[in-house]
Formats: sequence, C-alpha cells, structure tokens
Amino acid sequence: MNAAQLPNLIPLLPEFVLGIGAMTLLLVGVYRPADTGRFIDGAAIVLLALAGVVLAALPPGKLVTFGGSFIVDEFARFLKILALLGSAAAIVMSIDYARREAQERFEYSVLILLSTLGMLMLISAADLIALYVGLELMSLPLYVVAASHRSSLRATEAGLKYFVLGALSSGMLLYGASLIYGFTGTVSFVGIAHAAGQGGIGLIFGIVFLFAGFCFKVSAVPFHMWTPDVYEGAPTPVTAFFAAAPKVSGMAMFVRTAVMAFPGITSEWQQIVVFVSIASMALGSFAAIGQRNFKRLMAYSSIGHMGFALIGLAAGTSEGVQGVLVYIAIYITMTLGVFAVILSMRRATGMVESIDQLAGLARTQPTMAFFLAMLLFSMAGVPPLAGFFAKFYVFLAAIKAGLYLLAVLGVVTSVVGAYYYLVIVKLMYFDEPVGKFEQMPYELRVVLAICGLFNIFFFLYPAPLVGIASAAAHSLF
Amino acid sequence: MTSWPILSVVTFLPLAGALFIALLPEDEAGIRNARWAALWTTLVTFLISLILIWRFDPASADFQFLEKRPWLGGAITYAMGVDGISLPFVILTTGLMPISILASWTAIQTRVRDYMIAFLVLETLMVGTFCALDLVLFYLFFEGGLIPMFLIIGVWGGPRRVYASFKFFLYTLLGSVLMLLAIMAMYWEAGTTDIATLLHHSFPLSLQKWAWFAFLASFAVKLPMWPVHTWLPDAHVEAPTAGSVILAAILLKMGGYGFLRFSLPMFPDASAQLAPLIYALSVVAIVYTSLVALVQEDMKKLIAYSSVAHMGFVTMGLFAVTAQGVAGGIFQMVSHGIVSAALFLCVGIVYDRMHTREIAAYGGLVNRMPLYAFVFMVFTLANVGLPGTSGFVGEFLSLIGTFRVNNWVATLATLGTILSAAYALWLYRKIIFGTLEKPALFNIRDIGWREIAFMTPLIVLTIVLGVYPKPVLDISSASVAQLIDNYQHAVGAVHAAGLSAVTR
Repeated sequence: MNAAQLPNLIPLLPEFVLGIGAMTLLLVGVYRPADTGRFIDGAAIVLLALAGVVLAALPPGKLVTFGGSFIVDEFARFLKILALLGSAAAIVMSIDYARREAQERFEYSVLILLSTLGMLMLISAADLIALYVGLELMSLPLYVVAASHRSSLRATEAGLKYFVLGALSSGMLLYGASLIYGFTGTVSFVGIAHAAGQGGIGLIFGIVFLFAGFCFKVSAVPFHMWTPDVYEGAPTPVTAFFAAAPKVSGMAMFVRTAVMAFPGITSEWQQIVVFVSIASMALGSFAAIGQRNFKRLMAYSSIGHMGFALIGLAAGTSEGVQGVLVYIAIYITMTLGVFAVILSMRRATGMVESIDQLAGLARTQPTMAFFLAMLLFSMAGVPPLAGFFAKFYVFLAAIKAGLYLLAVLGVVTSVVGAYYYLVIVKLMYFDEPVGKFEQMPYELRVVLAICGLFNIFFFLYPAPLVGIASAAAHSLF
Repeated sequence: MTSWPILSVVTFLPLAGALFIALLPEDEAGIRNARWAALWTTLVTFLISLILIWRFDPASADFQFLEKRPWLGGAITYAMGVDGISLPFVILTTGLMPISILASWTAIQTRVRDYMIAFLVLETLMVGTFCALDLVLFYLFFEGGLIPMFLIIGVWGGPRRVYASFKFFLYTLLGSVLMLLAIMAMYWEAGTTDIATLLHHSFPLSLQKWAWFAFLASFAVKLPMWPVHTWLPDAHVEAPTAGSVILAAILLKMGGYGFLRFSLPMFPDASAQLAPLIYALSVVAIVYTSLVALVQEDMKKLIAYSSVAHMGFVTMGLFAVTAQGVAGGIFQMVSHGIVSAALFLCVGIVYDRMHTREIAAYGGLVNRMPLYAFVFMVFTLANVGLPGTSGFVGEFLSLIGTFRVNNWVATLATLGTILSAAYALWLYRKIIFGTLEKPALFNIRDIGWREIAFMTPLIVLTIVLGVYPKPVLDISSASVAQLIDNYQHAVGAVHAAGLSAVTR
C-alpha cells in the first residue's frame, strides 16, 4: 500500500486511542476473566483521559480528513472533551454500584468506551454516512448496557424497548438521509449546503425525517417516549451515563447538521426546532410534576432541558449555538451531580428510588442535601447558580433572533418546571426525616462536590467557559 | 474616588460571615457562636455602610463609589455604585439586619446555624440588588434572594409554610423571568447592560411598552401591587418574625426601587402613557386592601394588607413624577421599611410569649405590658400617618405630588389614610386596651432588655424622621431632580414631535 494514498490520520488520533484501547481491554478481560473488573474500570478512565490529552495536543485550527467527512474544529474539540468527561464520570460512578449489586463485569467499561468512540466520530461527522456510522457505533453499546442487569425484568425490558425504538429512529434517520441524498446528489454537508439552494418539498421531507431521528437521540418531544421507561428501568449508573454523554453527541450532530448542511434554508428547519423545543419544555415541565420516582423525574427533567438547549439551535445563529454549548456543558454537571445523589440513596435493605425517601435529608445528611438543593435550584435556573447562565445564553440568542413567543413560553415553562425541583427541596428541608442513607461512597462524594461547587461558584468567573463556547460556535459559521 | 471597593465589601462581608458560620460545629457552643457571629457580621457591615453616608456627596446626581470589572465577557460587567436613590435602601438593609438577628435570638431554636447563614446570604443579595449597576448583575442579586427567603419561610415558618413558600417563590419567579427577557431585548437594542449608560439611552416606543410591562410584571409582584399581592399575606403570616421583617422592610422595596431605577428613567414615554394604569391599580390597592385589612383576625395578616395599601401610595407618588411625588415615594418606602419592620417585631414579641397571632386571643395588655403598649402605640400611629411620625411625611408628600397631576387619584387615595386609621386603631384597641380577662395573659412579661435594644433605634428614627425628614430627602434630592429632568425632557420631546407631526 502506498503511504501517499493514506488519508491524514492525525485528526483521528483520539479515536485511535479509544478504539485500540477498548479492543485491548476486551482481550484482557476475555483471557483473564477472574477479578479484572477493577483494573479495566481504571484502565478505561485512563484511556478516556489519554484521549482527552491527545485531543488537546492536536494541531490547532480546523483539521479535515477523509475527503471532508471528518472534521476537528473548535466545536468538535469542545464537545468531545465534554463527552469524554461525561463517560469518565459515568464509569467512576458505576464502580461502587457494580460492587454492591454483584454486577462487576468488565464488558461494561469496554462498552462505554466503544460508545464514547462512536460519540467522538459523531461529533466530527461532516457527511451523512459518517454521521450514521458514528450514531450506530454510539447506540449499539447503549442498547446492551441498558440491559446489562440481565436478571432484572425491568432492565431487560428497558434495553429491549430502547433497542426497538432506537432501531425505528435509525430507520427514519436513514430514510431522511436517503431523501436528502436523492434531492441533492451528495452526502457531504458542504455539498448539500451548495445544492440545497432554496430548498424544495423533497428536501424538506428529508430534513423532517432526519430531524426525527435526531430528536429521538436527544429525547426531544415527540420522540421522547422511550426516555422515562429506559431511565427508570436501566441500572442507575447506566441511567447516569445516558443522561450525560450521549446527549452531548446527540446535540452535536443536531447542531452541526442543521448549521452546516442547511444554512440557506434556516427558516424552514427553524419551525421544526421551535416546535420541538416548545413541546419538550412543556412536556418536561408538566409531566414531571406527578413523578415520585427520582430517575423517572430526571427523565422528564432531561426532556425539558433538551427543549431549552434547542432554543439556541432554533435561533440558528452563532449566539444560539454558543448558548447550546454553554447549556450542554452546564447541564452535564447538573445531571451528573444529581445522579451521584441518586446512586447514594441506599439503605440497609437496598437501593431506593422514590423522592419521598429524601425527606428530612437536610438533617440526616446536611452536606449531601445542600449540594443536591443547589443543583436542583440550578436546574430550575435560579441565579446566581450556573443553570441560570445556561438559560440566559439560549434566551439571549432567541431574543436576538426575534423568537419572542418561544422565549416567553420558555421562561413560563421554566417556572412550571421550578415547581417539581422545589418539591424535592421541600422534602429535604421542610419535612421530617425518614432515616439515614448509608455512607456515601468516596468517589460519588467527589463527583457530587465537584458538580455542586461548579454550579455554585460558576458565577464568579464564567468568562472562560463562555469564551470557549463562543469560539466553538464561531467555528461552525 | 475610593481606594478600596467599599460597596463590594458591604455586599460580600455578610457572605464571608455565612461561610464562617458554616464551619462552626453544630453543638451548644457552636449555636451560641453562630448567633454572635451573625450579629457581629451584620453590625460591622452596618458600620461600614455608614461610611457611605459620610463620604457620599449629596450634591451630585451621579453614581458614586463606582466599581467596574470584566465579568461575563463583552458588554456585561461587574459594575457597582450608588446614587441618592439607592443609598437610603442600602442603609435601610444593613441597619435592619442586626435588628432581625436580635429578634431571632431566642425565637429560633432549631437549626440556628442554617438560619443565620440564610439571613447573611440574603443580606448579601439584598445589598447587591441596590448596588448593582449592571442589569444582569441586578437580576442575579434580585432573583437570588428567592432561595434563602424560600428556605426561611419553609423551614422556620408556621403551619402552612409549604404553601406560603411555594407561592412566594413561584409568583416572584414568574414575574421576574419576563423581566429577564426584557433585559435581553434591551441588551440587543442598546448593546450594553450598563445601567448608567442605559439611563441615557432612548429606546424606541414599541420596545419601551413591552419592556415596561415586563418590568411591571416583576416589580408589581415584588412590591406587591393589587391584584398580584396575594402571596404577601400568606408569606408574612407563615414566615418567622425576622423573615416578615425583612420581607416587609426590604424585599418589597426592591419593587419600588426597580420602578425608580428602570421603568421611569429608561421607559419615560411608556411610563407617561401608562401612568393612569398605575394610578388605578394604586387606588384600588389603597382602598380595597385597607378594607380587607379591617376584617382580618390575624395580626400579621392585617399588617401585611396594610403594607399593600402603603405601597399603593408609593407607586402613586412615583408615577406622578413630580418632585414631591418621587421624593414622597422614596421617603414612604424608607419610613414603611422602619414602621412595618417594627410592627412585625411587635407582633413577634407577643407571639414569642403566647404562640398565637389571633387578635381575639389578646386584650388588655396595657395592664401587664405598659412599655410594650407604648412601643406599639408609636408604630401604630406612624402606620396611620400621624403628623410628627415618619409615616406622615411620606404619605403627605406623595399625596401632594399626585394632587398636582391628578386630583381625583389623590382624593380617592386620601380615603386610604382614613381607613388605615380605622384598622390600625382598631387593632391597637383590641390588643392593648380593654380589661385583661384572658387567663393565659395574666402572667405575660413586658418587653426585656434585648427587645428594648432593638426597638429603641426604630422609635427614635420614626420620630426623628417625622419631625426632621431632611436627611433622607437631602440625600436623594439631586438624583430625584435629575430623574425628573430627564423624564420631562424625554416625554416633552415626544410631545413636541407629535405636535409638529400634527401641525405639518
């Protein structure tokens, strides 16, 4: 083989690290099955960190390879770091759970690594085929880990449901992609942008199907139905993983495709995003009110948050994309922190999931209650916590783009959403204690403290994150 | 001008105190230390804030003690500063905090540490609200106060505290988020959120109207104005005494301050056009809530309704935009801050002894509590607006100011002063006079040294400001004059433009 024909592989180095590392760990696990779970968890975290380091060490600027279908720009760097962080946190948070529930399987970490590899591919994908490949690589391990608790009826049901609905959405996405290819004659985003011109009914059809697939991945209404069941049924560390990293890459592909492939017909796809955003915010806020299961409640909460993040995309401007990026970054910290608490809701009899079990937590475990309360206020978007800034930037973009109705509906639903976060704060602070949870595992304490402190003190020095997000957003336009 | 950031120190010193208290152990000594640490923090903060008065130049209408640092990147900065309009509120806040801490000394027995932390954090956020010179920063402080107040009502409140705290939180949040959108619209229009710059920016009329309504949504809930006042009686009744004090004395003033700082100077044309709406709401508030106050059976509820009525005078005076009206509005807010705080403290004193706020449970207290009867009388009369008390000056000035603009509004509002005499004196007679015949009251103690300590400054201030209101009026006069100048100028310009369009 001639080296000159080989595409430039430098931009893919982080992916190589993860891919080769994951396969090596798989071999290690297969041939030394006894008691390697701990080692492989540690090695997986090291690999994720290594991938992050390699990513940071890549030459600066926009790197393009594989004939333009793989792009590493500021946007990709920002989101890849987030995805790596989310995955690493998910592995860290699973350690104690796996040990206690006798679920220590080395495949878990390997699957998460493979899924993360898919996310990285997806974030960089700049044509429809690369996008689909990355998406499937991300999703297939997710179906498996959702059902990783093999003997649990709930978990297997969740895994199966996720798989069937996920396959359906992949089908829709593919159908949309083929329509777009049919009407533009190309799969590359840049080519589509050139060929799309003023649009046309066929292309719009394709976009609708494509976006339907995206909505499924980010669990936006009306393709959200899987979310509550999967969140509730899957083992809790898996839910924590679902709620963080895949949302990052899902939002990344949504934004990159919309902005890079269809810049000329923004007003056409804007309507879809506006509708999806409003519907997600409304459903996320209202449906969560009646939930008592904390994991299910978080599912609705994440639907709502995706609605808020999509406000930024609906604006269709670089400010809007900046808003999405800030939102996703802060959302990750909020959701991981809350899941650290959910994973610590353990009594002598086993894990509990109902929010009623949190009653009086402020008196039995004040530090945990304080951090959880701050994270919940942050999710509600109350200043001066980080969640306020997340909402601030997306609404700022929406106002600039003239989407007043969307903005007003958004803030009103955020007030409705504040109600159910307050209910949990009320349980913890106003009600009588129902008993203490077991000692919080060390690593969960670390995750909770980092996420909590980040959300509390973000307002002191928000400029770095905002600045990086702004640079990342500009790289798309 | 200043070598050290005095406003930031005043704002964030309580937060430092809160962090210190958070590190204390939760045993007997820790609780005692928490009380003392909170008291000292608030006292020191108050003393430092007095430097502000000393160094403040009342002849200048500009913002003073300016601080500016980059914050969110771009045009949104950390900007602090006070002028004659905000300074009285800063002092009011820092001055009332030690009193609130003292008032909670024995009343709060559970989770004392958390309570003190919540109050100190709240102080930071309140002072910050009045000092912020950037809209986003203002919003941050303004809205952040919800969290500690929500916890104060919900954790240390009465039997219906959950309902009251949720209602307080959600009502206020709903109003404020609309204001946030208006702030964003202003940012894109003017390219900055710096308040000093925005005060001289003329916004297009269509934006002015929308933004005016959005700000109204927030401030009307906070103030509160009829018909969005219903959270207030609930919150007041359920909150612990010091919580009611802060709520009535300071949190309500944020609404009035907001009108003065934003609605009037930034949206003058909209304010001029929509002033009749404010007049109408104010008059309804004054008359209707006074009538409602007449039939209350709960002392705190009665005072809460009377607060709504008094805030009606404030909005009426402010939107008259005459020198007397605005000065009266500011004075009324300061005076109400002192008087309503003292009234809630009076209720708290008997509540601590009897654990009931039912008016019917009391009667004839003058026989056992002569000192208390005196204190309560001073503030009852100040609440009525008796000449010689601070309550009179504020009401009188706002009425004069309004009378110059609209006779009918002023005349109807005067009804409110009559009604306020009716409900306040009725309350006083029921509780203090009559024969002492309820067995539970036979052994009630008169007020002690701690209570005298925090009541004395309030009595002195009420009477001194009633006889000699000049200090407060002087501090704000230059800023008020400039506010009115700019307002008349802006509205006049629109009038002139309209006239020339007609004549052409």
